[in-house]
Order: sequence, then structure tokens, then C-alpha cells
Amino acid sequence: MKTETTPGYAVEQATQVEGWNRPPVVHPDGEGELLEVSMGPHHPSTHGVFRMDVALDGERVVKLKPVFGYLHRNHEQIAESASYLAMMPYTDRLDYFCSLSNNWAYALAVEKLVGQAVPERAEYIRVILAEFTRVQNHASAIGFLIQEMGASGTPLMYAFREREKILDLFESLTGSRMMCNYMRFGGCRVDVTAAWLEAARKVAAGLPQFVDEFEALLTGNEILMARCQGVGVLKPELAVNAGITGPMLRASGVNYDIRKVDHYGIYDRFKFRVPLGDHGDIYDRYMVRVLEMRESIGILNQALKEIPAGPVMDPKAKIRGFKPKPGEVYGRIEAPKGELGFYLISTGGAEPYRYRVRPPSLINLTVLEDLCLGQNVADVILIFGSVDIVLGEVDR
Amino acid sequence: MKTVEEIKAAIEAAVPGAGVEILPNASPSAQHSLLVNPAHAIAIAKFLRDDAELALDFLSNVTGVDWLDKEIVEKVKVPRQVSKTVDGVEQIVEETVEETRKHVEPGYLEAVYHLFSMKKKHGPVVIRMRTANRTDKVELPSLTPVWRSGEFQEREVFDLYGIVFTGHPDLRRLLMWPEFKDHPMRKDYVEPDDFEYEPTAHDKVLERAKAHKDREQGTGNREQAGGTR
Repeated sequence: MKTETTPGYAVEQATQVEGWNRPPVVHPDGEGELLEVSMGPHHPSTHGVFRMDVALDGERVVKLKPVFGYLHRNHEQIAESASYLAMMPYTDRLDYFCSLSNNWAYALAVEKLVGQAVPERAEYIRVILAEFTRVQNHASAIGFLIQEMGASGTPLMYAFREREKILDLFESLTGSRMMCNYMRFGGCRVDVTAAWLEAARKVAAGLPQFVDEFEALLTGNEILMARCQGVGVLKPELAVNAGITGPMLRASGVNYDIRKVDHYGIYDRFKFRVPLGDHGDIYDRYMVRVLEMRESIGILNQALKEIPAGPVMDPKAKIRGFKPKPGEVYGRIEAPKGELGFYLISTGGAEPYRYRVRPPSLINLTVLEDLCLGQNVADVILIFGSVDIVLGEVDR
Repeated sequence: MKTVEEIKAAIEAAVPGAGVEILPNASPSAQHSLLVNPAHAIAIAKFLRDDAELALDFLSNVTGVDWLDKEIVEKVKVPRQVSKTVDGVEQIVEETVEETRKHVEPGYLEAVYHLFSMKKKHGPVVIRMRTANRTDKVELPSLTPVWRSGEFQEREVFDLYGIVFTGHPDLRRLLMWPEFKDHPMRKDYVEPDDFEYEPTAHDKVLERAKAHKDREQGTGNREQAGGTR
């Protein structure tokens, strides 16, 4: 049988796809070409599926464009066809490290929309859970950062050991380690028991020792200082203009903590300080997270001591046939990664007409290129790690 | 912080002909918003950011909203002359008849900006812009040159709603892939049957295989062998 010559269909088709055969990036001096590297989406340091189109001049970064959307599931579209309460478990999947913070932000927005009050005890439980979430998020964020620096395992495992203790608490209270689905509009789903509070006090009492241990291992570490100090500097003016929030903003020296600004929940009752950085480099972001853990432990101790008795759910809260009156609201909290906001528009129906998540992880990446330009390619991984993102929230 | 009325007055004093409209918000949150004329949006944004008293230096949230065309059905009483047979004689009688009238209120796309002040620690001030319609006049000025935090968020709104932000430095799709055609957050969006469809090399293979098959069928061999494919 006569064999036909195979036409080059594969190449033909491939070149039709936009971006496959772009002209090479020419060096700014006009000599030679730049090396284009696609970092991710399967790179282990990208915290999920995230890609950076990087152009390199030797080791130096000349261009960096983040590429999003690998985990996009149109979370907001789902919300517009589901009832208000049915979205509560979906919010767990945004930033799956901090599901309880997400719950709180969503519950807070809906409570503002309908003018729903929350009982005292529920407010305390929310603060306790949110601060535990903050501690475990910061611990693992630092763990991942150090892991990406090449300290294989040890600091991350120290962080995860502590994280497991906190997740055990979450599991015994909510039934799930990470997908907690715990808060409701007007309170919390179940009450905490005396035994749970005792266990929480025990975990909280062990946390300062963990942070001390962590700091003894890392803060004065020569390699960490050499790799992090002066790298990825974010100027406060740019940070404010680019809408950076959370520890990353405060590491640049801008005093803006929504717990202090909005006093949402009952945060005005607690005594805590807002740690600020001075240089805005990776080391300051690390240090601010460590200090925030210490402040969170302080809040935890106060809350666990003062928690009053009472109901955890407002008895007048409407659950069945929940239809807010027409109107809109923007509610926000200080999530561990930054300002997490929910924008809701109600037209009087059982589903929100518009449901928008303001994702701190996505917006904190706005300045990624600015931080990386002129740095070595190895530092890109560190700078990216110091932003602390979760792709479930970036892509939604 | 100033009330929305005071902010409106301040904007109109600073930007001549700005034409700001207050949109009240009935919910207990009472976050009223300011509807801004797109032609003056950049000047208003710069004023809001740089004004010493407002100092709204932090653009927190940018989002789009899709408002569909609204068909409004009204019942109107109209006087009309009707021919009637009264006592066997045909007469023209004046009567009021109830008539339903329909008219369509055109829909629009809306961009919503939530502003806060990091310096003064107040907010939110909500500003909105509306496009002329939902189909061809969907341009709005980008506020990214004023607040950098709009960069990814305006790209997202462009991607999911199809509002074209003029003056945006890098307006590409953010979450959907570049070849994607529609805007999935629009209220009248219809999902395609097959999300994964794209022309592949495989189609060419099938075409060639089909050509082979016809040729062999011409000999009749395959048919006689039981029609196996």
C-alpha cells in the first residue's frame, strides 16, 4: 500500500493558536535575545496552579506577567443562582487555608445587608476562630516561604505540627478540618462546649512556645537574612496606590488594620498592637507575620478568658425564606491575607442579584512584577512566596 | 467623614459640569453611591484621591453589574371610538378601554468602585459608572491610571462582563483563556454545549480517514467483509 506523505498538520494547527509562535523578545540593548521562561503552572512553588511568563536577561528578570485562571470556576456566577445560605459552604473553598475567616466575611456582609445583630457569645467564638485561623495561616505561610528558600521540610513541619493542633480544634467543633461551614447569619451553627474551650486554652497556651521555637530557628538565621533582606522591596506609596492589604501592606510601614479601623465584631474590646515593618522587603513581611502571631495569641487569651454564657444564634434570625430587602452592601474583614470583602446586591429575591468577592490574594499580586524586576530569577520564587496567596481565592 | 451630599457638592465645586447623581441605598448598611458621568470620571477620581479632606487613596474593590433590558408592562385607560349596535342601529360610541402597553427600558453595564482612605481611615465611598447600552457602546474610562489596584480588577470586569476600559494599560482577559468569546457573568449568558471544543489536529486526521474510507468503499471490499469499520 502506498503511504502518503504526512502533511505538517500538527505544526500548521499549532501556529494558528495565538501566542504560540510569538516573535522572540529582543534585548533592550538590541543585542541578542532574552530567555523566556514559563514558570508554572505545575511548579511546586506556585502554591497551586499559577503561571508567570518571565523574560530573563541572564539571571535578571526583565519582564514578568502573571497568568491566572487555571482554577477558575466562576464562583460568583454560582452564587447568583444559589440562595444566600447555600453559598456559605462555597466560601470555604475560596481561601481553603482560612475557611473560617471567609465564613465570617460573608456572614458579616449579609448581616449588614439585613441589619442582623449577633449575640455576644457568637462574637467571641468568631474572634477566637478567626485568630486561630490567623495563627495557623501565618505559620504555614512562613513555613512555605522557608521551604521555597531551600530549607527542606523542617520549618514547614514545625508549622504544620502546630497547624494540626488548631485544625483538630476546628474539626471537633465544626466537623471538618478545613471546610468548616460554621458561621450563620446572626450567629454560629453550634455552641462550643466547656471541654472545647478548655482544649482551646491548652492549644493557645502552647502557641507562644511554638513561636519562640520558630523564631529561634529562623529570625537570626544567616541564610534567611542574606536571601530576604533588601529583596523585593515594596514602597509604601505604591502599596497604598495598588490596593495592597494585610501583612504585606503593614510590612511596608502603612498602619492599616481593618480590625482597628472598622472595629467590626467586637475587636474594639481587645488590646493588641499592629506590627509594622520598616523596609518593606521579604524579611519585614516574615517578621510582621511572626509578630502578628504573637498579637493574635494575646487576643486569643483575652477572648478565651472573657467569653460569656448565652445563645450563639440570634433567636429572631430568619433562616427559612431568607429574602433581604432590595439594597446593596460592601462588608469586609481583616483576613489573614488581607482585606477580604463581599459586595452583595439584593433585588428582593432569595438569591443575590450580584455577589462579588474582593480577593486579597489576587489584588496583592498586582505589584508582583514591580517587586521582581531587576531581581534574580531565584528570588522570584521567594518574593512570590512572601505575598502569601491561595489559588482558590485568586481564580475563584 | 463627609456625607454623600457633601461629597457630591465638593465634587461639583471642584469639577465643573461633573453632574453627579446620588443613588440611595435602602438597606440598613446605608452605603449610598454616587453615579458619575464617564466623561468626567478621571477628573473626579483624581479629585477624590488628592483632596486633602477626603484623601481616598485606597481603591479597594472594582466590580461590574449587569442590568438587563427591562420590559415594562403598563395598563393604561384610553378613550376610543367603538362601533356598536344599539337597538339595531350601528352607532359609534366613545368608550374608555383598558389597554396594555409595553415599552423596553434599555439595560446597561455598570462598574462599581469602592473607595477608602488609608490616611484618614474612613470609607467606603461608592462611585458608579454606566455604559450607554449592553451591546456596542460598552466603553468606560479606566481608573487604573489613578489607582493602580484597578489593574487586575478592571481586567476581570472586562473579561467577565465585557466592559471595555479605555486607557487601561494592559486590557486582556484575566480568568478566561484568550480565545474565549463570550462574557460569562452576563445575566443572559448561555453556556456552550462543549467547553473544550477547539479545532485540533485530530479533525484533519478524521478528514483524511474519511477520504480513505470512501476510496476503499469504491472497491466494494469492505462492504462484503461485513461492513466493519
